Amino acid sequence: MSIIVQNISKSYNDIKAVENISFEVKEGELFGLIGPDGAGKTTIFRILTTLLLSNEGSATVADFDVVKDYKSIRNSVGYMPGKFSLYQDLTVEENLTFFATIFGTTIEENYDLIKDIYIQIEPFKKRRAGALSGGMKQKLALCCALIHKPKVLFLDEPTTGVDPVSRKEFWEMLKQLQKKGITILVSTPYMDEAAMCDRIALIQKGKILKIDSPENVTKKYDKIIYDIRAKDTYQLIQDLKHYPSQYSVFAFGEYLHYIDKKQNFNSTELLTYLQNKNHTEIEIHISNPTIEDVFMDL
Amino acid sequence: MKRFIGFVKKEFYHIFRDKRSMFILFGMPIAQIMLFGFAITNEINNVNIAILDQSKDSETQKIINKINASQYFNIEQKISSESQIESVFKKGKVKAVLVFENQFIKNLQTKKQAKVQVITDATDPNIANAITNYVNAILQNYTQEFKRDSPSSYQIQTQTQLYYNPELKSVFNFVPGVMTIILMLVSAMMTSISITREKELGTMEVLLVSPLRPFQVIIGKVFPYVFLSIINATIIVLLGFFVFKMPVEGSLFLLSFESILFIISALSLGILISTISNSQQTAMMISLMGLMLPVIILSGFIFPISSMPMPMQIISNIIPAKWFIIIIKAIMLKGASITIIWKETLILIGMTVFFIVLSIKKYKIRLE
Repeated sequence: MSIIVQNISKSYNDIKAVENISFEVKEGELFGLIGPDGAGKTTIFRILTTLLLSNEGSATVADFDVVKDYKSIRNSVGYMPGKFSLYQDLTVEENLTFFATIFGTTIEENYDLIKDIYIQIEPFKKRRAGALSGGMKQKLALCCALIHKPKVLFLDEPTTGVDPVSRKEFWEMLKQLQKKGITILVSTPYMDEAAMCDRIALIQKGKILKIDSPENVTKKYDKIIYDIRAKDTYQLIQDLKHYPSQYSVFAFGEYLHYIDKKQNFNSTELLTYLQNKNHTEIEIHISNPTIEDVFMDL
Repeated sequence: MKRFIGFVKKEFYHIFRDKRSMFILFGMPIAQIMLFGFAITNEINNVNIAILDQSKDSETQKIINKINASQYFNIEQKISSESQIESVFKKGKVKAVLVFENQFIKNLQTKKQAKVQVITDATDPNIANAITNYVNAILQNYTQEFKRDSPSSYQIQTQTQLYYNPELKSVFNFVPGVMTIILMLVSAMMTSISITREKELGTMEVLLVSPLRPFQVIIGKVFPYVFLSIINATIIVLLGFFVFKMPVEGSLFLLSFESILFIISALSLGILISTISNSQQTAMMISLMGLMLPVIILSGFIFPISSMPMPMQIISNIIPAKWFIIIIKAIMLKGASITIIWKETLILIGMTVFFIVLSIKKYKIRLE
């Protein structure tokens, strides 16, 4: 096991940030912490990277205890905090050289590990980090976190504030790194990214709601979800909420996701109901559940 | 060592690429010297003086009692020979020596006039001037009383002699003062800001989760500022020497040693500030309010400590700058050697060690 977390609790003054959290990450696994802002993801990262002490519980990273062996952990993990945290007034190359030096290595020594990522930002190596675009900043930060060949990589919301194309590229890079045997713990508020992980933990208000592979999470979901669309979306939400047997309704992209309480739900009955409410261009069809659907229902 | 060099290199990049830092570092010394070039008048209160009474008669005793009774002077000691004058000044205990000529009362009765010499330490020209005026006033007052008792006219002549700064140049006072302020500013404020900047930008998180030990981070952070502060001190001494003809009587080696000692104590204060503040702005406010103001007001640079109310005098003792100003004035103007300023040096060393120990203890290896 690369990361073991046992019954960790942490509160700031009276506010509980995480409560009785346990999970394990296998060696070489890409593990995702999925949850909205304020769920406690960053707190978990900080406890595991030895930056915070938990109030209760214990945790090990790469077989080192996060409290006793904090120095060993600091030698063997890579950490990329949520906030872009490189030196804005240093160039791309200077940032990378600096992080290589403080970890007692050189860019050349571990070049093969960062090569695929670094090639993309190398044309800008004389540019100050502050002048990079969001996607390039993240790539540089990832390079800096990787330069000393860490055993475990901690990435706290690496794709927040990054454009969709760069996000996709970023996740492909993580998949490549995983093949090189690096254990990766990543957090994200984007549910669609969860599918890229080997296993995910759904976390909300400091508690883990579910731990499973993304496929299982959606496969085990037992309710039927309907995509519904009509011309007046706002009125549609209101009317669906007043439909006698509705279980839940929320906006999901261009459609509304609707779940009914009844096992023998009949979509034509709903269609008639909506037509009576003067809706036009109505579309109703069955949808595949996504992780977001599961999350909303937890 | 490689790590250390890498870290220091990064710090220099930060400093040289930030216009504000560059301005504070190199624009400030010149601006401050101009600012403090204005003369500042002072009042005196309880100034320590020494008496050399060569006559020891009833009249001199009366005058001495009168001087002692005034609130302006406090007779610190009586000396017995002229050769002692220089040494009491070098010890810095007295600001003036009053010399009564031989056969004072006899001269007064036969020649109708007698002489008193007022020798003042003019390293602080404002105080020296004030002392002379106050002594004159007391002596005139005495002559009038004397005349009332006996109708014949008597006269006491005062002769003024200024030691160390005969031209009463106030630059001799503010060059050490400005040097102290600049070193304090550069060392304490700049380091505290540069450490809190890492906290604010989140890079401290990354540095903590690295093999760097806290003391390595701190030394890496402060080293560039030690270096730059030494350059600054040199600039100020050179400016003083060539532009204002400020002498450096004592050994340059001792001056450098004391300056480096003061720089280190200011740096450790800067580290201490950075451990208690989380943003650059807080660090700057604490440095300005908590360090700069006391340095300017309580160090004896502008307002003489001896004229302050007792509580302020006591507080001034915990200001490292006070001791540093005493030390460098003694070295630059009086050519004092370590045998004379060892006590002040020791106090400064003690304070430095205390601040370093405290800031290492307070330095957090985690985020909270």
